[in-house]
Amino acid sequence: MQGLIDRLSALLSDGTVARVLGWKKGDMPYNPEPHMFETAESLKDFVYDGFCGANLSKMMIEASKLEGKTAVCLKPCDSYSFNQLIREHRVDRENAYIIGVGCRGKLDIDKARANGIKGIEEVSGTELDGPDSVSFKTIYGDKEMSYSDLLLGRCHVCKGKEHMIYDELWGESKDTADSERFDEVKALEAMSPAERFEFFKKELSKCIRCNACRNVCPACSCRKCAFDNNNFDSQQKANVDSFEEKMFHIIRAFHVAGRCTDCGECSRVCPEGIPLHLFNRKFIKDIDELYGEFQAGKDPEAQSPLTDYTFEDCEPGIVAERSNG
Amino acid sequence: MQRIGVFVCHCGTNIAATVDVKKVVELVRFEPGVVHAEDYPYMCSEVGQQKIAEAIKEKQLTGVVVCSCSPRMHEATFRNCAEKAGLNPYMVEVANIREHCSWIHKDMEEATKKAVILARAAIAKVNLNTPLQAGESPVVKRALVIGGGIAGIQTAIDIAEAGYKVDIVEKTPSIGGRMSQLDKTFPTLDCSSCILTPKMVEVSTHPNITIHTYSEVDKVSGFVGNFTVDIKKKARSVDLDKCTGCGVCQQKCPMKKVPNEFNRELNTRSAIYTPFAQAVPNVPVIDREHCLMFKTGKCGVCSKVCQAGAVDYEQQDEIITEKYGAIVVATGFDIIKLDKYDEYAYSQSPDVITSLELERIMNAAGPTNGHLERMSDHKPPKNMVFIQCVGSRCADHRGKSYCSKICCMYTAKHAMLIRDKYPDVNVTVFYIDVRTPGKNFDEFYRRAVEQYHVNYIKGQVGKVAPQPDGSLLVQGVDLIDNKQIVMNADMVVLAAAIEPNPDIRKIATMLTASIDTNNFLTEAHAKLRPVESPTAGIFLSGVTQGPKDIPETVSQAGAAAVKVIGLLAKDKLKTNPCTAKCDVMMCNGCSTCANVCPYGAITYEDQEVRGPGVREVRRVAQVNVALCQGCGACTGACPSGAMDLQGFSNRQLISEVDAICR
Repeated sequence: MQGLIDRLSALLSDGTVARVLGWKKGDMPYNPEPHMFETAESLKDFVYDGFCGANLSKMMIEASKLEGKTAVCLKPCDSYSFNQLIREHRVDRENAYIIGVGCRGKLDIDKARANGIKGIEEVSGTELDGPDSVSFKTIYGDKEMSYSDLLLGRCHVCKGKEHMIYDELWGESKDTADSERFDEVKALEAMSPAERFEFFKKELSKCIRCNACRNVCPACSCRKCAFDNNNFDSQQKANVDSFEEKMFHIIRAFHVAGRCTDCGECSRVCPEGIPLHLFNRKFIKDIDELYGEFQAGKDPEAQSPLTDYTFEDCEPGIVAERSNG
Repeated sequence: MQRIGVFVCHCGTNIAATVDVKKVVELVRFEPGVVHAEDYPYMCSEVGQQKIAEAIKEKQLTGVVVCSCSPRMHEATFRNCAEKAGLNPYMVEVANIREHCSWIHKDMEEATKKAVILARAAIAKVNLNTPLQAGESPVVKRALVIGGGIAGIQTAIDIAEAGYKVDIVEKTPSIGGRMSQLDKTFPTLDCSSCILTPKMVEVSTHPNITIHTYSEVDKVSGFVGNFTVDIKKKARSVDLDKCTGCGVCQQKCPMKKVPNEFNRELNTRSAIYTPFAQAVPNVPVIDREHCLMFKTGKCGVCSKVCQAGAVDYEQQDEIITEKYGAIVVATGFDIIKLDKYDEYAYSQSPDVITSLELERIMNAAGPTNGHLERMSDHKPPKNMVFIQCVGSRCADHRGKSYCSKICCMYTAKHAMLIRDKYPDVNVTVFYIDVRTPGKNFDEFYRRAVEQYHVNYIKGQVGKVAPQPDGSLLVQGVDLIDNKQIVMNADMVVLAAAIEPNPDIRKIATMLTASIDTNNFLTEAHAKLRPVESPTAGIFLSGVTQGPKDIPETVSQAGAAAVKVIGLLAKDKLKTNPCTAKCDVMMCNGCSTCANVCPYGAITYEDQEVRGPGVREVRRVAQVNVALCQGCGACTGACPSGAMDLQGFSNRQLISEVDAICR
């Protein structure tokens, strides 16, 4: 990590960049937070370890409006989001200096908690070149867990170790995929409509509408969200039933369809642990099946199948046939 | 708050028999904004319109809802009426309680309930309507005709005669189309080329007509009065200006084994070829797929023998861009593939042929120089069987549900010509029905039966089996005598169904013209606007709209021309004010709308945006209202809801849905 800090300091000192967008130590050892570093000295608080899951791409929308370049640390999967934002003209490539940081999968502290590791005071072994196991110092004594058992759900369907866009690379990456990307979606598809509705009713009933998913999502970058648009009478309309409020998530999934890179931030930040990525991944699977494989953010020039038309596109009737079958 | 008047039409009994009109009036009276409601037997009549005009003046109406037939019928009537009474025409909405309600329901109570709901939705919309002003756009005084068959030729001549410029785009090397392949034409039996070639010459020499053969429409943008079309002129490899049409190149070409499409592949042609003797232009093309020079780089015979130096192997495809005010589609037809009709042994025996192949065999310029003979052993046939409705009027998925319309007549023609020229040949026709609705058509068919003794059998053929001796065993049924028939034939002729040219799907998509399930182009109105597409500025000529014979095609081609002339005669068109509008405060500048816009009406520019707490330069969408056709694709694609369609705003649509769901 020191090597990365040294490199970032050098970029700040020689004037290549005016600021650095990275992660800063949090109040706990497992919750570093995104931070804009303006000076080389402030980089003493910079951190990059297994808990730096936050995707910094979206913060570049505001950063790229600032004077001078911003150095931004992007993991391989974050680089897809950045590309998608370039495609939507939301970030200025010229104002970004992208450090493609290595990644061996990011960690989910809840996995440790679920394993009975509580009262955590210190964590070690989560750095990029760290060992295969993570050590916890807790108020109940020392505990240990393997790195791979702690991985975030999204890392088990890792998109790969390649950065889609960068100016320079730092550190080795590892493809952590060990399950099929659409297994979870297939399980949903295997349910009967009634079972599926019950599943989502149960999951979404936990939603407290804190908007964390919307705030973190790189595709949800509208200046003003359609849900906050006072042009619609529906804005202050009372709900007809308890599920109507949850339509938020379904509408949100439609709004990001074809643009979602499957970065998994929505599920990572949800304080209620709702598997929100399932909506988006279902759309991705459908797009792949109906229009051919498409990965948003892989190529900033590529036309999204949902906003493009080719003579080979399936007829809309096929969608109806599928949903009947 | 609007002051809305609701006018409920009985449409005689069309609506009033199923919808309790009085009850609708009573129930909508209490809807928000409604200050006046009445009913009348015919709202579209002069008296009905007078009632609307009077109410607008007396009750100071700011909005009008007419509950009547489809807006496609009378929206313009009621909007004009309101405009004359001093109301902005876009403050008028039509609730369709006829096609969408009374015509499709039987139960009066249910239908009345639905009529009220439809009226309520329209009232909710009018409450949010704002006055809109139509703009104007100029008309390009030039027409494009896609397809150079008899339909396209006739349309082009008629438009050109009215003094407007016309371009014909024809995919094949020559104009002429299907008609140029025919031998004789019913019901007068005059030679097809004898009546077609004068028209081909006329079209090629007309000062107002430009012909692009061996060319295809590549891209279409714009809208009625102002289309921009890219035409791809495929490399002919022969210079159109230098070539004298002497034909030596075709004689000397060593590659003579290319299937001859013009003769339905019954014989072969050279790699450099003109499809037929009367081709216009009489300039050959090199079929690069088969030419030895292009395949191996070694040959060049045609270039060496060409006195005019017209052969140019280096020629490239060329794209030309032209502007047009109107586009006529005249892409014609082909016959269906017979691979699903194996019972007729078409793929097994060369002596089972299609009627179009028989046309070529009977033609003096055809593969047999006009001698009727079997393609297998070139012997004259003694017994011929014609099978009708091969793929037409087909109940299963193998063929077409429709009647191809021309087969009964051309089969009678074939039978008659054969019996006339070869009286010793027995001709049998298996048919489902003989359909002859046309001037002098039934008389023609009767002649075949009575004068030429053609053996007509009502019934279908189940199987054609090639025999070891080279004959064909035909098993059929005679429904009148109720017996099975087994007979030997030397030749079997299949009246294969016709279908629209397969290219039509691509062309229709480029033109945003709708097509039906059989790939025929849809009319704006099946009865009242049969030569117009629902897409403004697109017109239909010939079989592209539905099966037709030559007289009908020529009449329809003329009708399409009149519609085009009517459009081109206008200097300016009123534009639709229902165009998209961008709320720059909401716009993300993401370009999604520009990507989905089929008219290229959306561009982006950096603009200073000012609003509460905002003052910055942003990349925002700009709509060119001259190009926008109000399709609404952008409003659906816009993630933030910044794009909205005037006259059909998101808010209006949602309030309609809310009114329906209330």
